[in-house]
Amino acid sequence: MAGKARKVVVLPCSGIGKVFGALARETAYELVERVRPGVAVTTCLPLLVIQDPEAKSLVTENPVIAIDGCPKDCARKSVELQGVKVARTYQAINFYKAHKDLKPEGISELDETGRTLAAIVAEELGEVVDKLAAEEES
Amino acid sequence: MDIQVMKVGIVSCSGEELPEGTLSRLACRKVLTDLRPGETVIICLPLFIAGGEEERGFAKKYPTITVDGCDKMCAAKATEMLSGKPVKSLLVSDMLKKCDLPSPKHVRNLSGEEQEAAQAVAREIAQAVDEVLEND
Repeated sequence: MAGKARKVVVLPCSGIGKVFGALARETAYELVERVRPGVAVTTCLPLLVIQDPEAKSLVTENPVIAIDGCPKDCARKSVELQGVKVARTYQAINFYKAHKDLKPEGISELDETGRTLAAIVAEELGEVVDKLAAEEES
Repeated sequence: MDIQVMKVGIVSCSGEELPEGTLSRLACRKVLTDLRPGETVIICLPLFIAGGEEERGFAKKYPTITVDGCDKMCAAKATEMLSGKPVKSLLVSDMLKKCDLPSPKHVRNLSGEEQEAAQAVAREIAQAVDEVLEND
C-alpha cells in the first residue's frame, strides 16, 4: 500500500542581519514556490516561538528541513523545542562553500548572484524533498 | 564625564510566510542602517529561544519596539514572554493605513510601490524611536 503523501516543511532562518540568513530564506522560497510547489511548504518561524497551534501541528505532522543562516541554529532549535526532530538540517554557508563561484551579497535582499545560488541549491534540495515526502508515515 | 548613548532595540516580525513580514523586516533594516544608525539595535526574534542569557536580556537592556506583520503579534508576544515588555508595539497594517498605503502582495522581490511602502513604514518606526528616546 502506498504511503500517505505528506508535505515537507522548509523552515529557514529568520535572519535579519546576515547574508546567509537571506540566502536561507531565498532558498526556502525557491523550493516552495518554484521547485516543489504544493509539496514543500513553509511557515513563519516566530509562530513556533509563540507556540502557535497551527504552526506546531505543521511541524509535528510533517518532516521538516531546517536551513540556518548562522551557528546559533535558530530554525533547528525552534523545531526541536516543539519535541520534533528535524529530518534534515543545513547551514546556508555550506551552500556557498559548495559553489564558491557564487558569492552572495546583500542582507535585506540578495543580489543576483545570491539568487542564482539559491535557485541552484533549491534544485539540489528538491530531491531531498521528494524523498521525505515519499516516506510513509511511521 | 561619562556619556552613554541610549539605544532603542527593535524586534521585527520575520514573517517568512506573509508579505507584511517581509515589509517589516525591510523597514526595520532601513531604520537600523539609514534612518537611525547608532541609535538602534536589532535582534533576530528566534534568538530569544535559540540564544543565551545575553539575547534573552535584550528588552531589559534596551527599551524595545516590536514591529509585527500580522495580528498574531509574534514579535510583541515573544519579546514580552521571553525577554521583557516592549515599550511600543507597532503593527505594519496600522502604519500602512495611517500612510494611506495598500497592503503588500509579494513575500519576496517587493515591487517599487511595496519598496516605497517599506520606506514609509521605516519612517513611522523611526518616529517611534525618537519618541522613546525623548521620553527616556
